[in-house]
Amino acid sequence: MKLRSVPVTSPGTLRITVCMAASIAAGLTLGGLVFLLMGIPPVTAMVKMATGSFGSWYGFKETVTKAVPLTLIGAGLALCFRARVWNIGAEGQLLFGAVAATCVGLHLGPTFAGWSGILLMFAAGAAAGGAWAAVPALMRIRWGVNEAVSSLLLNYVAAEFVQYLIYGPLKGKTQFGFPYSDDLPSALWLPTFYGSRLSWFPLVLAVSAVVVLTLISNRTRFGYDVRVVGENPAAAMYAGIPLGRTVLSLMALSGILAGIAGSSEIAGLHHHLTYPWSISSGYGFTAILTAFLARLHPGWTWLSALLFGGLLVGGDIIQTSLGLPFATVNIFNGLVLVAILAGEYLISHRIIRLSPAGGPR
Amino acid sequence: MTSRTQRLEMRGISKRFGDIQANIGIDLSVSAGEVVGLLGENGAGKSTLMNILFGLHQPDAGTISIDGVPVSVTSPRAARDLGIGMVHQHFMLVSNHTVAEHLALALPDAPFWNPVRHARERIRAFEARYGFAIDPDAVVATLSAGEQQRVELLKALMTGAQWLVLDEPTSVLTPREADDLFALLRRMTDEGHGIIFISHKLDEVLALTSRVVVLRHGRPAGSCITHDTDQETLARLMIGRQIDRPRRKLMNPRDRVVFELSDLTATGHRGPATLENVNLQVHEGEILGIAGIAGNGQRELLETIAGLRPATTGTIRLDGVDLTALGTRARTAAGMAFVPEDRLQSGTIPAFSLTDNAILRDAHRAPFSTKGFLSTDRARERAQRLITEYEIAAPGPHAPIRTLSGGNIQKFLLGRELDAAPKLLLAAHPTYGVDIAAAALIHRVLLDRSEAGAAILLVSEDLDELLTISDRIGVMFRGKIRAVLPAARADRNRIGLLMGGAEPTPEERP
Repeated sequence: MKLRSVPVTSPGTLRITVCMAASIAAGLTLGGLVFLLMGIPPVTAMVKMATGSFGSWYGFKETVTKAVPLTLIGAGLALCFRARVWNIGAEGQLLFGAVAATCVGLHLGPTFAGWSGILLMFAAGAAAGGAWAAVPALMRIRWGVNEAVSSLLLNYVAAEFVQYLIYGPLKGKTQFGFPYSDDLPSALWLPTFYGSRLSWFPLVLAVSAVVVLTLISNRTRFGYDVRVVGENPAAAMYAGIPLGRTVLSLMALSGILAGIAGSSEIAGLHHHLTYPWSISSGYGFTAILTAFLARLHPGWTWLSALLFGGLLVGGDIIQTSLGLPFATVNIFNGLVLVAILAGEYLISHRIIRLSPAGGPR
Repeated sequence: MTSRTQRLEMRGISKRFGDIQANIGIDLSVSAGEVVGLLGENGAGKSTLMNILFGLHQPDAGTISIDGVPVSVTSPRAARDLGIGMVHQHFMLVSNHTVAEHLALALPDAPFWNPVRHARERIRAFEARYGFAIDPDAVVATLSAGEQQRVELLKALMTGAQWLVLDEPTSVLTPREADDLFALLRRMTDEGHGIIFISHKLDEVLALTSRVVVLRHGRPAGSCITHDTDQETLARLMIGRQIDRPRRKLMNPRDRVVFELSDLTATGHRGPATLENVNLQVHEGEILGIAGIAGNGQRELLETIAGLRPATTGTIRLDGVDLTALGTRARTAAGMAFVPEDRLQSGTIPAFSLTDNAILRDAHRAPFSTKGFLSTDRARERAQRLITEYEIAAPGPHAPIRTLSGGNIQKFLLGRELDAAPKLLLAAHPTYGVDIAAAALIHRVLLDRSEAGAAILLVSEDLDELLTISDRIGVMFRGKIRAVLPAARADRNRIGLLMGGAEPTPEERP
């Protein structure tokens, strides 16, 4: 017996839902084996993860806190990837946003206390993220440098730059020798929901980003151009769509959103510049998966961001409560992800069986 | 060749793809030493049938047998082992290799050390046997289409094919090259090969084959001995009804030059200077046909005029306005429309609906978008209008355009480009691979538009098309317009010679 896969041209909603559910289930089963190997009943571990991230108000607020930057960045990346513009540098753009927001907060905070200062911080973060994203875009337009590679590498530049700042010029005098910048004036700290670390301002921004980007992608000429460029660059050329301008706009847009996410991490959570891996915990990379899981529809990124946020929070929970090493949680999350992404193939392909003679049954 | 077989037979072949019944109960047989014609319009099921024979598809029902013994052809490899070879319409040659290198890659018995020498010897042997000449050390990319086709044939023969399928083999050849091919095929039948010759050109089928099998809508429409039939009968079997093909009416000449190229030069994907000092004038209401073998700069000519490719020197003027420095959109706005040759690669976006495709070139301007927001209603109206006006068979404006047949996509594309009443239409192969009814409609539309005053530049490899509807015919060869002839006085063979590079007489020069 032979198997052969046939492409499905336009999968229906039912097919998508069933395949998604099946691949998530398969991923959980696979991931469960990891817990089994560690001597922990998989169901217990997964129940703990689920209740920890979605089962209590406290956990859910933590999940949302993590889902906010993922949504912001993921929505921008979804639009980029639709045009096959591969921005892999959101992590660096987030960090640059955080740096700019911190600098503005530290310098202007005393004069612009309250919302005016916060808005200035976010504007600076957005601009810095956008500018950092424009670098690979311009390199592609001008010299044909592959933006996936250059934006990826610029992440490391950004991370090293942050390290340089916190050990050098921005090292705080009030931080007892820790490599942090000074704290922002408390008037610039984002107000949080009672008893959580979740601030409403970035939440509002994330929700608006989803709405606006959905609108852009479905209703505007720019959204149309993006779809044409993604389907076929030759057709885009024939249509007269300015390819360079589209690439630059998309990169800048997703960079701006990443910069906003970086600003909100500083203003809402850390209140000072810290290690690059503490500022972001890999949001720029996880957002790539967020965008793909949302099938590159900006309108669905909030849902996939919640799922990924839940995985991150649930992982933290069982790490502490079950005493598992961080690596176990990472492997579990990785397996779930691989299964979900493999499910994409099942959505777009139908598997048929061939009879021994060669004909289909 | 190891063992000779006498008869290849396909019996009761049926194949269904989703909702489409591509083949229903088709019988086709070929004997050693015979050429059988397989005739049918695009979409009639010829390719499916041949892909089944070549092992690319498996039939739902029916059998293939050789000398009465049923065989199962599960893959192209299995087909080759059974002695079945295929020369595709579009060759798949590894182009920067020499002929010998290319064949060495395909030969199953090529030795590990110095396979190229082995291939070279085999090529010489085949040359002597079939009487054709190929330089084994020529780089494939430098060969003409006819020579490349011979390399493909040679490859099939050398891998032991006794049964050969040729899919539209003359579509890329000059009339002269086609004659050479026919001579070669006759030689091959003398050697005991059986050939299935796929075509939609009736005269070729009549000249070459001994029997013809006609398919229509996936069903056998008839089969006859070539000797006892004629073009009309075959055409009726193929189409199922009579179709009047529109012809150019002689009309009052209009003297006003609408479109003018002077000394246009451009570089292309295939090496330097694919367009060299092209001078051309198209008058109001005139159809200027451009003949030429594929790859002689026709594509580059249209792309340069449309603004997709920069001109290195020269000027492009439409209605007195110099367009040379302008972008695609500005040229469209100035009254230029373009039907490109690859309707699914750049002309339309297969996954988009008709509505979305209707505004591919106009999404940036009113009324299809205002202040950056799309007006889907306007786009849908246009799609709906095109469906009615051009008799497009489509479930509706929401359907993805790839679900339409080639002819319907082409009508949609042409209609979209003509919707803004352009002064100049650039049309590349507008009826290529299109069914006869759609082709007739497209020709009628082109003639109507030219009578209404539009200038049309029509690039085609179909000489009959050019002779039927153009006023003048320009011949392109190696990036130059070598000659321009009035269509009424043009002679097929003369055009064929000019296409192959013959020196034009002084009055033929542009």
